[in-house]
Amino acid sequence: MVEPVFDLVYIWAGIIAFGVIMYVLMDGFDLGLGMLFPFAPDEDARDVMMNSIAPVWDGNETWLILGGTGLLAAFPLVYAVFLPALYIGVFLLLAGLIFRGVAFEFRFKAKSSRYLWNWSFTIGSTVAAFAQGAVVGAYIEGFETQNMQYVGGAFDWLTPFTVLTGLGLVAGYALLGATWLIMKSEGYIQAWAYKITPWLLLAVLVVFALISVWTPIIDPFVADRWFGGVSLIWILPILALLCAYRIFSSVRQKRNGTPFLATMGMFIFTYLGLLASKFPYVVPPSYTLWDASSAHESQLFLLIGLLFVIPFVLAYTAWTYWVFRGKVKAGEGYH
Amino acid sequence: MELDPLLLSRIQFAFVVSFHAIFPVFTIGLASYIACLEGLYYKTGNKDWERLSKFWIQVFAVVFGMGVVSGIVMAFQFGTNWSNFAYTAANFLGPVLSYEVVTAFFLEAAFLGVLLFGRDKVPQGIHFFAACMVALGTFISSFWILSANSWMHTPAGVEVRDGLYYVASWSEAIFNASLWPRFFHMALASFLTGGFVVAGVSAWYLLRKRDVELHGKALSMTLWLLLFIAPAQVVVGDLHGLNTFENQPTKVAAMEGNWETSSGVPLLLFAIPDQENQTNHFEIAVPKLASFILTHDWDGEVPGLNEVPVDEQPPVAIVFWAFRIMIAIGIAMVAVAVTGLFMRRGQRYLTAPWFLNTLRLMAVTPFIAVLAGWFVTELGRAPWLIYEQFSHADGLTPSLTGGMALFTLIGYILVYAMIFSAGLYYLMRVLRTGAEQHDYGYDKSGKRPKRPLSVADADWEEDDETRSKWNTTAQDLADEQGAR
Repeated sequence: MVEPVFDLVYIWAGIIAFGVIMYVLMDGFDLGLGMLFPFAPDEDARDVMMNSIAPVWDGNETWLILGGTGLLAAFPLVYAVFLPALYIGVFLLLAGLIFRGVAFEFRFKAKSSRYLWNWSFTIGSTVAAFAQGAVVGAYIEGFETQNMQYVGGAFDWLTPFTVLTGLGLVAGYALLGATWLIMKSEGYIQAWAYKITPWLLLAVLVVFALISVWTPIIDPFVADRWFGGVSLIWILPILALLCAYRIFSSVRQKRNGTPFLATMGMFIFTYLGLLASKFPYVVPPSYTLWDASSAHESQLFLLIGLLFVIPFVLAYTAWTYWVFRGKVKAGEGYH
Repeated sequence: MELDPLLLSRIQFAFVVSFHAIFPVFTIGLASYIACLEGLYYKTGNKDWERLSKFWIQVFAVVFGMGVVSGIVMAFQFGTNWSNFAYTAANFLGPVLSYEVVTAFFLEAAFLGVLLFGRDKVPQGIHFFAACMVALGTFISSFWILSANSWMHTPAGVEVRDGLYYVASWSEAIFNASLWPRFFHMALASFLTGGFVVAGVSAWYLLRKRDVELHGKALSMTLWLLLFIAPAQVVVGDLHGLNTFENQPTKVAAMEGNWETSSGVPLLLFAIPDQENQTNHFEIAVPKLASFILTHDWDGEVPGLNEVPVDEQPPVAIVFWAFRIMIAIGIAMVAVAVTGLFMRRGQRYLTAPWFLNTLRLMAVTPFIAVLAGWFVTELGRAPWLIYEQFSHADGLTPSLTGGMALFTLIGYILVYAMIFSAGLYYLMRVLRTGAEQHDYGYDKSGKRPKRPLSVADADWEEDDETRSKWNTTAQDLADEQGAR
């Protein structure tokens, strides 16, 4: 076989990493709103919350499907180890997403049965967020593999550590949802969102601190990466903490869009820090990106199509958010 | 009893994929119908076509939404239950399945929004163009899925190194031997599904005397379509069968219940296949006909199931009967379509209750036929996932236990039962609300969410007005029939 002229693994790792963070940020705030739903001041506030995400939520979830098949195409080992290892969790995640998606649509059309859809929306959102957080925890802890196959048990992914990361992401998504609501609402609804944001931030920071201490203790590789000499990657947690401070201060100043932007920043830097902890291991502790990648010609074949479509989808996504920018007023439904 | 993860995974996949398949098979046909309506409206300016299109776009939106929801599960099934298969064949299947997603993504981003929400915002020609592109997009999507599936039946263009498949020729792998017969068979099946559903729903409205002129128009054009498509499917289905006979003779042997290789093989109309004793009971047969259909020679030799070891035979009884169900429905479809032609004399197809009731009942048959057909082709490949190369057992996730597989199987059944009864209920609400109430006048802000389901505007709970209107027409109908 001819040696490939150019290593596509980096490009594909970039595409998948980008797709994951796009999904996390975009579905994050709408899952977060779902979890905040039962605590909202009243039903009008819930309508505003729903309407603020109505134009965009399903576009957000298409990134998840693309991520699934993209992994199969570019890093099949990840696909073939993660999904069996997280079998029950993946089911809960999908069931949660299906429920909240359908609940979302039918709540708009329902009157007397609306409370049922409200609950489906909340429970589905919470289960999906927790399952995603547990996936992150399971990734940090690593997978028991032999001969390119997962050989662990059905509940290996459910440990005290993954419960913690699950709760962490629940809090994180709720924070994204609350700061999104600050940006999209006004009056008493916005006041409520301002009120809960610092508490959610506190919860996120506590989990963030626990994970940061816990991870190097259970994983010598990560310990070595961070404490094996002064390294540039320390800039990432520092930036994440600066973002956290900015959330706090901008909420006190009653800023409009800054809390949400700062929350996204905190997510991005934390995410980059996580990737930096594990690089180049993509199925820790055994397999690197290169072990996990598919054949060069397969990566190339799909890349051609993606290079054409991704800019288009990004432009469309940006356009949708632009069209629906600004505050959602109570009683003004888009649906 | 020990729970068998292999059997449970197969049942689970059959369940989720069957459930998923019924939505796209309908939307593919309906998308083309909508494009056709938009084209007629564009050409003639007749508002009736626009009203019909608006009505059917709502149905399309609800079904499309359910298809997307159930499709999310499919993207993960290969990894959760069939990880060895996914890993082994990823170099081919990964890109091809991704292209399907990318097509759908692109379609949704570009044209679906314009079709669903852009009617008053873009020039009419652009709107018609968007409708055509959505229809085209559904075919491109199904092309990729069917290419992946066909490759599992007739693998080509690949080489195996260290136990993994590598693509040697993309064109040979994508355009493998069974792709085109399968694609056209499926495309026609989608048209038949869309056609019979539109015909059935129109007949339902005609029976209830609602918007008679409008739905009569829809019924008339659909019956013309079915008159050509239903017989065409017989021809294409036959070609697909001959293609299968060439590439997968064992599957055809199971379809025909033919245990022994022999010449002058009869066509079985009825039989109870007995896999254990490798024979049939209670055969009713037409002599030599199977040989003639398959080899075009009354005494042609047809390979039987004995060509392969017993443990490599597909489950004969299910394949045999699923095939007969599909064929029987196909014949019924042709009969109804031809009857429709004769009923045109004196416009009786618009009024004869027995004919309209037949059409109403026929609306469910395409779904049964499509599922039966897929059971034939998929179970007929058993025990292989990749024909004669890689078995179901090879493909199973090694860490999967029977308990895990059972848990998710029950879970998916529960989730789907709840979600899709809600979806079906809502679809019925859209149908009962009918075509006359849809005034898009409130859509002036330009700020509508671009989600499929938000285009449907029936309420979840029925209001008194709709109910009384519905009940009144039902009462009139009963009176009228009582008076006869």
